[in-house]
Amino acid sequence: MENKKRARIDFKVLGRTLKYLIKDYKLRLFLVVISLLVSTASSVAANLYLQTLIDDYIVPLVGVQNPVYTSLMKAVVTMIIIYSVGVLSSFLSTRLMVKASEGTLKKIRDEMFVKMQRLPIKYFDTHSHGDIMSRYTNDTDTLSQMISQSIPEMFSVVTTIVVIFIAMIVTNIYLTLVVLAFLGIILLVTKFMTSRSGNYFMKQQQAVGNLNGYIEEMINGQKVVKVFCYEDRAKERFDKLNEELSQNVYNANKFVNCIGPVNGNLGNTLYALLAMVGGILAIKGIGNVSVGLIVAFLQLSRTFIRPINQVSRQLNSIVMAIAGAKRIFEFMDEEPEKDDGYVSLVNVKEENGKLVETTERTEKWAWKYPHSDGRLEYVKLEGHIEFFDVDFGYEENEIVLHDISLYAKPGQKIAFVGATGAGKTTITNLINRFYDIEDGKIRYDGININKIKKDDLRLSLGMVLQDTNLFTGTIKENIKYGRDDATDEEVYEAAKLANAHDFIMRLPKGYDTELSGDGASLSQGQRQLLAIARCALCDPPVMILDEATSSIDTRTEKIVQDGMDKLMEGRTVFVIAHRLSTVRNSKAIIVLDHGRIIERGNHEDLIAQKGQYYKLYTGAFELE
Amino acid sequence: MIRKLAKCIGEFKKETILTPVFVGFECAFDVIIPFLMAFLIDNGINKGDTKTVISIGILLIICSFLAIYTGVKSGDYSAKATAGFAKNVRKKIYYNVQDFSFANIDKFSTSSIVTRHTTDINNIQMAFQMIIRMAVRAPLMIVFSLIMAFVINIKLALIFLVAVPLLGLGLYFIATTAHPIFERAIKIYDKLNNTVQENVRGVRVVKSFVTQDKEIEKFNKTSELIYKEFSKAERIVALNSPLMQFTVATIIVLISWFGGREIVANNLTTGEFTSLISYSMQILMSLMMLSMVLVTIMISRASGERIVELMDEKSTLTNKEKPIEEVKDGSISFENVDFSYVDDENKLCLKNINVKINSGETVGIIGGTGSSKSTFVQLIPRLYDVTKGSLKVGGIDVRDYDIKALREQVAMVLQKNELFSGTIKENLRWGKEDATDEEIENVCKLAQADEFIKTFPEGYDTYIEQGGTNVSGGQKQRLCIARALLKQPKILILDDSTSAVDTKTDSLIRKAFRESIPNTTKIIIAQRISSVEDADKIIVLDNGQINAIGTHEELLASNEIYQDVYYSQVKGGKEE
Repeated sequence: MENKKRARIDFKVLGRTLKYLIKDYKLRLFLVVISLLVSTASSVAANLYLQTLIDDYIVPLVGVQNPVYTSLMKAVVTMIIIYSVGVLSSFLSTRLMVKASEGTLKKIRDEMFVKMQRLPIKYFDTHSHGDIMSRYTNDTDTLSQMISQSIPEMFSVVTTIVVIFIAMIVTNIYLTLVVLAFLGIILLVTKFMTSRSGNYFMKQQQAVGNLNGYIEEMINGQKVVKVFCYEDRAKERFDKLNEELSQNVYNANKFVNCIGPVNGNLGNTLYALLAMVGGILAIKGIGNVSVGLIVAFLQLSRTFIRPINQVSRQLNSIVMAIAGAKRIFEFMDEEPEKDDGYVSLVNVKEENGKLVETTERTEKWAWKYPHSDGRLEYVKLEGHIEFFDVDFGYEENEIVLHDISLYAKPGQKIAFVGATGAGKTTITNLINRFYDIEDGKIRYDGININKIKKDDLRLSLGMVLQDTNLFTGTIKENIKYGRDDATDEEVYEAAKLANAHDFIMRLPKGYDTELSGDGASLSQGQRQLLAIARCALCDPPVMILDEATSSIDTRTEKIVQDGMDKLMEGRTVFVIAHRLSTVRNSKAIIVLDHGRIIERGNHEDLIAQKGQYYKLYTGAFELE
Repeated sequence: MIRKLAKCIGEFKKETILTPVFVGFECAFDVIIPFLMAFLIDNGINKGDTKTVISIGILLIICSFLAIYTGVKSGDYSAKATAGFAKNVRKKIYYNVQDFSFANIDKFSTSSIVTRHTTDINNIQMAFQMIIRMAVRAPLMIVFSLIMAFVINIKLALIFLVAVPLLGLGLYFIATTAHPIFERAIKIYDKLNNTVQENVRGVRVVKSFVTQDKEIEKFNKTSELIYKEFSKAERIVALNSPLMQFTVATIIVLISWFGGREIVANNLTTGEFTSLISYSMQILMSLMMLSMVLVTIMISRASGERIVELMDEKSTLTNKEKPIEEVKDGSISFENVDFSYVDDENKLCLKNINVKINSGETVGIIGGTGSSKSTFVQLIPRLYDVTKGSLKVGGIDVRDYDIKALREQVAMVLQKNELFSGTIKENLRWGKEDATDEEIENVCKLAQADEFIKTFPEGYDTYIEQGGTNVSGGQKQRLCIARALLKQPKILILDDSTSAVDTKTDSLIRKAFRESIPNTTKIIIAQRISSVEDADKIIVLDNGQINAIGTHEELLASNEIYQDVYYSQVKGGKEE
């Protein structure tokens, strides 16, 4: 079953790939097709002309005293013309194809990337990063092979086969029948070989996956391996997987390697058979067969068999490319993040107590709210967040947050506390609409967040996450990530606020130090400081700090704390931290357990309650 | 590089040698067949001799089948040799990586080690197969075909002698011009992949800063560059096939003209004429193949270099001759120890460390981020070598021990805990391969892990996902402690290994240590003061130097850093 599935070409996917190719390059591809046709025709014509050359221009001259070569000369010139046309058109077709195929690949890559940016967070939760990456690398690579080589080749092969077949029938029908019989044999052999090798290729891919997975896991944990002197046992398992892969590689390639020589020599056998049959026909004078005709026919049969061999050799790579294309299209067909918001964020200035929209950067923001009755309202951006009976589940029917109601008035600091899986991060991810709620309502400055354009909503929220992601570029560029127009002074200011300035200045190139590999050269704590600076620069009215200082030791945290306090001043802040010292001074602390709010109040209230928070606080309960 | 890689052929020498031998036979048949063809046409068909036609025809068919046999054989041997070669290379680098020290591991990134095991090996595997098959076949075919052409007609064969080197030169020129462009393009390609990777990983950052458009612009710029470079290279490569067709056409035209005259002059038969055309085709195909091989080898050269680099990397730590196999006790002493990761005295991470720890003592280590706490303890099992001074375990310098023997006695729970895919039991048996179920349960009780393991439906047979993602941080840490305990070490090092465990459990673990393994030296790095306050001595590290050593009470009374840390936690900690 599996095997059959593999060997079949998915024409829908092939068609879609072609459509991509054709869309932007209609004229170019039209020219490619024309020149491919011309080059095929001329190669066939040249082959046929060889017969004429021998029969009509060379043989009559044999035995003639003082032969005159002008007619032969003319014939050779004709050949030159035919060949020149062929070479020229084949050059044209490959040359023209380059731009079309590379351009199409670029388009596919670009479209994939644009698409990726529109995908909801959920997609990234449910697909491994390696899997997404390999669509850009492996899958696009195989596709590129197909577009630039396989498709033009298939086209010219098919035309060659058709043209030559017609030519063969015209030349001699009996000999054509011999060729056809042989073609059947060759196809059968090819099918046998490719299906056997296809089977092993699949096993090979599986074995590669297993081995790679094992190597990756072991190399990632190499330090643990060393500490436990586990090397020998790590080698044992590796040897087993390596052996398995090697066996499958051998079996898969064995058959592929054989296709060439087997088919090639079946072609030779055909050659011999044709010569014998043709020879006998010529000698016995049956069917008007001449020597020149046999020579030409033999040439034809070669040209006929060769493309078939080419296709059979490429069959596996074509099937693989189509599988890659299928994955790419799957990716492009993913449902994008929906955004029905119509309330947008605009700069405003106050005139006579009224908010007026302006294009200059005024540091004052408002929600521009076009009501359904055509009324336009400007609501001042303050950072007032309210949850009303919110339910949420990552999967339908699997509610992980139950009946959450809470509010944060502008400038208040609200903390979430609870064990891993209690739903702390989930709540913050609802505010910026990384996920959409199942039931209930969330309001931002009194506006239902579903009505706010997602981009504008997110611009008004600053996020610092536990896992800091930095980008390739200088430190300065990283801090400016959310605000390209920031001045150097503003960058320094933000870095000082986050207490990052000192360590940055100690780096050899200071703010111009290049980061690569997700800032691998920095410690986790330093990366978190950069993330805080990055967020501070954006100056958002609402901030979400999800374990933002977890990797900073308590002493440094205390130093950062002053900066953080300054940063949080006048903003609505949601804090998640398992270090309770970080959340102590919050206006309200919300204790979550299994997706429900079980306690709320300020530090003193909760301690007095002697409930879950008290237990956490006194260390009688495990966090994280 | 080639010699080193060639060594990996190892037990597949037979196949590696037989492949070209059979390829040789295959070529011989490929050349004989057109010759027989000519004979068939001239002496059979032209002379009207049915007997010759049939006998030569049968001979031809036999030759074809022999060619199939040798072809299949060479294909089979080459597949075996190639698969075996790749297996050996992979094994060699993997084994070498297993011998790496921490310093070696730090030098190569994980992903680069993995790519060398996969993509790079794939590339040289392909090149290897090409070398033992095509790189043998193509020149042989050219030589054989040339010989046959000369045998048939010397004058006409001269056409080949002129055309073939010209074509070869052309193909070589194309390959060498395109190659650097391809190489450049591949580097940009890496950049593109990097952008994608950063965006996949940082999707939350991109979305929350609303920088999608900026990222798209960045990506488009890179993809535009790729488009330009690849187009440039492909345009050059596109010359390949027309060049070849042009040569074929020229040769056929020349043969037609001069051959025609030769036939008329009775120096050539029509059969020989056809053979010459066949040989010209064969030579050109072979040249084409050769240029393909050339490109593949060029591409895989970089991969080969990367692989050999990994093969050549020698572990920075080696055993002395006649190393000591037994660690006497768990005493540790640092004597004037300096340490630098880069072996540079100006970039010391640890400066002038002098500490004596007695066997069986419990020692706490406190210090801020970047104070080199982890570095300090990693010297003890000789994960790195000291730059200066001496570190003794059981009274003997760690460099005098057999590394394995030393590490068997020094168990360490790393800060970056790793569990591996497999059951809990399998994970714990890392500590001791043949541990019984009782032993396992016992250490889990000590590490306070037994309780939660038993709440899992499958208990000790619960499957741990790669990286231990299906247990909580605190559970993972306790499993890692149990795993280390199973080694029954003389020294146990916990590098911030209870940070996610609640304070009550944390103290239970320490109590169990005190009671059950009193003779084991315990070194505990912690952020929480409560984790170290009952230690025999506490070392305060600051900026790679020992700031103070003392008991909790002593330090609290006298040490500023310790007081700072203590109050930063206690204010938020205990207030009963």
